[in-house]
Amino acid sequence: MPKHETPLLDQLESGPWPSFVDDLKRQAESRHQKQNEIEYQIPVDVVDDLLGLLELSYKEGEVHWKHGGIVGVFGYGGGVIGRYCDQPKEFPGVAHFHTIRVNQPAAKYYKTDFLRQLCDLWDFRGSGLTNMHGSTGDIVLLGTRTEQLEEIFYELTHNMNNDLGGSGSNLRTPEACLGESRCQYACYDSQELCYQLTMEYQDELHRPAFPYKFKFKFDACPNGCVAAIARADLSFIGTWRDDIRIDQEAVAAYVGGELKPNAGAHAGKDWGPFDINKEVIDLCPTECMSMENGKLVINNRECTRCMHCINTMPRALRIGNDRGLSILCGAKAPILDGAQMSSLLVPFVKVEEPYDEIKEVIENIWDWWMEEGKNRERLGETMKRQGFQKLLEVTGIKAMPQHVQEPRHNPYIFWKEEEVPGGFDRDIKDYRLRHPK
Amino acid sequence: MAFISSGYNPDKPMENRISDIGPRHFSEFLPPVIKNNKGKWLWHEILEPGVLMHKAESGDEVYTVRVGSARLMGVETLREALDVADKHCDGYLRFTTRNNIEFMVDSKDKVQSLKDDLQSRKFPGGSYKFPVGGTGAGITNIVHTQGWVHCHTPATDASGTVKVVLDELFEEFQNMRMPAPLRISMACCLNMCGAVHCSDIAILGYHRKPPVIDHEEVDNLCEIPLAVASCPTAAIRPSKTTIKDSRTGEEKSVKTVAIKNERCMFCGNCYTMCPALPLTDAEGDGLVIMAGGKVSNRISNPEFSKVIVAFIPNETPRWPQLAKVMRQLVDAYVNNARKYERFGQWAERIGWERFFEITGLEFTHHLIDDFRDPAYYTWRQTTNFKF
Repeated sequence: MPKHETPLLDQLESGPWPSFVDDLKRQAESRHQKQNEIEYQIPVDVVDDLLGLLELSYKEGEVHWKHGGIVGVFGYGGGVIGRYCDQPKEFPGVAHFHTIRVNQPAAKYYKTDFLRQLCDLWDFRGSGLTNMHGSTGDIVLLGTRTEQLEEIFYELTHNMNNDLGGSGSNLRTPEACLGESRCQYACYDSQELCYQLTMEYQDELHRPAFPYKFKFKFDACPNGCVAAIARADLSFIGTWRDDIRIDQEAVAAYVGGELKPNAGAHAGKDWGPFDINKEVIDLCPTECMSMENGKLVINNRECTRCMHCINTMPRALRIGNDRGLSILCGAKAPILDGAQMSSLLVPFVKVEEPYDEIKEVIENIWDWWMEEGKNRERLGETMKRQGFQKLLEVTGIKAMPQHVQEPRHNPYIFWKEEEVPGGFDRDIKDYRLRHPK
Repeated sequence: MAFISSGYNPDKPMENRISDIGPRHFSEFLPPVIKNNKGKWLWHEILEPGVLMHKAESGDEVYTVRVGSARLMGVETLREALDVADKHCDGYLRFTTRNNIEFMVDSKDKVQSLKDDLQSRKFPGGSYKFPVGGTGAGITNIVHTQGWVHCHTPATDASGTVKVVLDELFEEFQNMRMPAPLRISMACCLNMCGAVHCSDIAILGYHRKPPVIDHEEVDNLCEIPLAVASCPTAAIRPSKTTIKDSRTGEEKSVKTVAIKNERCMFCGNCYTMCPALPLTDAEGDGLVIMAGGKVSNRISNPEFSKVIVAFIPNETPRWPQLAKVMRQLVDAYVNNARKYERFGQWAERIGWERFFEITGLEFTHHLIDDFRDPAYYTWRQTTNFKF
């Protein structure tokens, strides 16, 4: 018998999509079944009470979690988010229900033995409920009590050789697309750079010293599978600066219908025979492609590497060989002043160990933002407030047309005194000699 | 329930302490076929919905079966996924950014039994545990946030709304008949932990009532200047009021804040700074639908999503209006967009006046931007419009 009736949630068991309600009930039941085998360290009925509390929210249309609470592990300022419910008497199992963020391996590949160890640990010392994964990328462990936090951290670091992720005003857990591990579009090893920078900046990740959160995301090509350009304060996006490699035989095979365009992604509908002019050449945003004597020709100098032709004919076209990444900065979700996309700062940098050029950009930006950023101001907002010129100044990067979509619409240039001959100090008497009152 | 120590000694927290070790290096977890061919992949093909094949220079092939999952997952179901990985994939698996699970095998003859095994597993209520799909020009898993399950600021539930929408659109998860990928995202409040602002279609929880002020607690729980400063529209000012003490019953003067309701944009930033200013309200809270965003640079630049439905109420447990609107949007897109056209590119080509006509959505004054300078540039400054 379930501890709480959940007539509303029960209606989310039907339908084909995996039911989180059935999943929660399964978890609740399993805890009761195994309570003689496992010495659960938080209440056995934690999941029952979560279901009960959630049913109440479904009934009332309002949330029942209280505003955070400062909990954590010794020496860290992030990685744990305190959570308490406002109905502790009725739902004591979730009176304390803190979240733990566990730093995931880059691009989320796992061996089952590692995850089994984590399942056992979390079953024993927490609710057994997870998010695989949270939006930022962490493994999210949902629901434990304060006295278990150090124990979990101890087991995680000692037995699993793994650390917590970030939360609060610090470097948030970086994440990468799967990159070179299983993708032919990868312009750099996004997982390796993600790992190396995560290790380099462990202090920034665990000990909040920033004005607000700060995110790194690593997309190995402009397709952007981890959405770096939309959600990272620093977006590292792979690119190349030489020529797209062309296999003319494969081009002919696409034209002849022997190869499926777009890697078969459109197979669910009959779109008619592949038309290279209509589907590739005419859709090229820079009009830099043409067919000449049955051969595909690309004017690479005009190409902006949008990936459309490569995505459409992956067996005929491949990214160039002179590869690296672009650094863009300042993305954030709308709160407060509206959403911002990352802006291009460094058009191209090679990705080579020990990544000094990349680290220099990061650290120059942090020095500036930590000095000038207001409390709870994201990098993009500091950029907006102080101007792109300031960003160029602090990073020592020269302005170039690649930095703008178009030049400014107004002539209100903040000229610096040293840019104007004779400076700003003028003598009114001198002026009056030429212009009497 | 006896407390069992991990070995941690609370009296000597620094004893044997391990910290700042970061995550495990990903190379420990790569399946052999992936590890051997890293950086040497030639091309890939989607063999059928949910099944990918990547070909390496060495001639090796890796077959990936992708399945959806509810992001909220207990370790019992997670262990079941691990059992599948042990049985078919030599103990390896991975998760995608969009909360799918990928099972990889190194030869084609292992695919069918893996797929059949995954498709056959169901929950008691009849839903799939691991539905195969989510590839190519179709709908993949909806990324989402915590909602009522675990957050303090949501205006709706995340798991429930996503379940309802993916039930409604399930056949699109297992098909690839769209003009281009259709990425749907869900965030349960404006903080957008899910960063839904660049999605083809975004479902966003939103409050519509200004904070209710707990005068008794404002000065106890909050730094009043921080609460004042947190408001982007300067609707909050310091104030004083007289209240009856809930314990002694005596009248007393307290420091608090006052709010100009007409200036409130319901963002909830004040509540983040000050727990005595809650926004949640059953009648006020609900959903906004945004559309037309993308993050890919393909053909056109990344774009923000635009608000196309100002409000849908929280009709628990199955949000019928939400499901209906999502169906309208998907059908209109499938039937009208050109091949390779993302949702927003389609809307821009036909024009937003035509978009509202075709989708059957009502255009109301709520959809005209009036927030700060950028709003001006979203009004129509041309005579080029359609009747």
